[in-house]
Amino acid sequence: MSLFRVFDVAGSAMSAQSVRLNTTASNLANANSVSSSANETYKARYPVFQAQLDQANAAQNEAVGVNVAGIVESDAPLVNEFNPNHPLADENGYVYRPNVNVMEEMANMISASRSYQTNVQIADSAKKMLNKTLALGQGT
Amino acid sequence: MAINFDNALGIHQYSVGVRERRAEVLASNIANADTPGFKAKDLSFKDALASATQGTSFNLSKTSERHISGGRGIASDVQFRVPNQPDTGDGNTVDVQTERASFMQNSMEYQASLSFLSSKISTMRKAIKGQ
Repeated sequence: MSLFRVFDVAGSAMSAQSVRLNTTASNLANANSVSSSANETYKARYPVFQAQLDQANAAQNEAVGVNVAGIVESDAPLVNEFNPNHPLADENGYVYRPNVNVMEEMANMISASRSYQTNVQIADSAKKMLNKTLALGQGT
Repeated sequence: MAINFDNALGIHQYSVGVRERRAEVLASNIANADTPGFKAKDLSFKDALASATQGTSFNLSKTSERHISGGRGIASDVQFRVPNQPDTGDGNTVDVQTERASFMQNSMEYQASLSFLSSKISTMRKAIKGQ
């Protein structure tokens, strides 16, 4: 029954999107975490999605789920702020702010939550279709 | 006249299976809506139904027992969708709106096939009971 595979596929997408929501939450929470050196500063994190290749290669398998291949840190330049009065300022009076773009993160968050909702609805309609199939021929 | 289940249920028993496969393909498109490089696929209903009713498969024929079985890999009735826009920036060709609309349509068609099957079954039940 290939309809049962829909649950696997939608479930993998839901877990991938929740990883994406997690990284967004972490980025937003640390958007203002300053530090005194570029190495210690928080960098924005993003998940990398990929199709589940082991399933894609298997014969007769059209449905492909999503994998989170890993989390990468953004290469965007950090923001240097001249603030000699800050307790974490280095010897030149600079503090380093993370390269988190709050607007981008908000857009990412909306996109992730919409994708999550879509996959929940897909699983829900698959459930309804299966229920109808189970009730097949029971009416008079 | 003998009751033949295969004749009585007609084409609907096969179309239910094809709709099921299409639901699977569309669900994987929607699941991979954010995957870079993923190409949206769809089922050619005509080809899929033809191969389901005739029971034909597209495997390579073997002339020797020692040949490796030539699996078709991906079914030939599954084809890539022509993207609406040439470039999305990450090579992904999934249009979530189109896919969702197709999924809903497919699920309605599935239910239509089911209700056809249901009425066929109740017809046969009436014939068996002789009411």
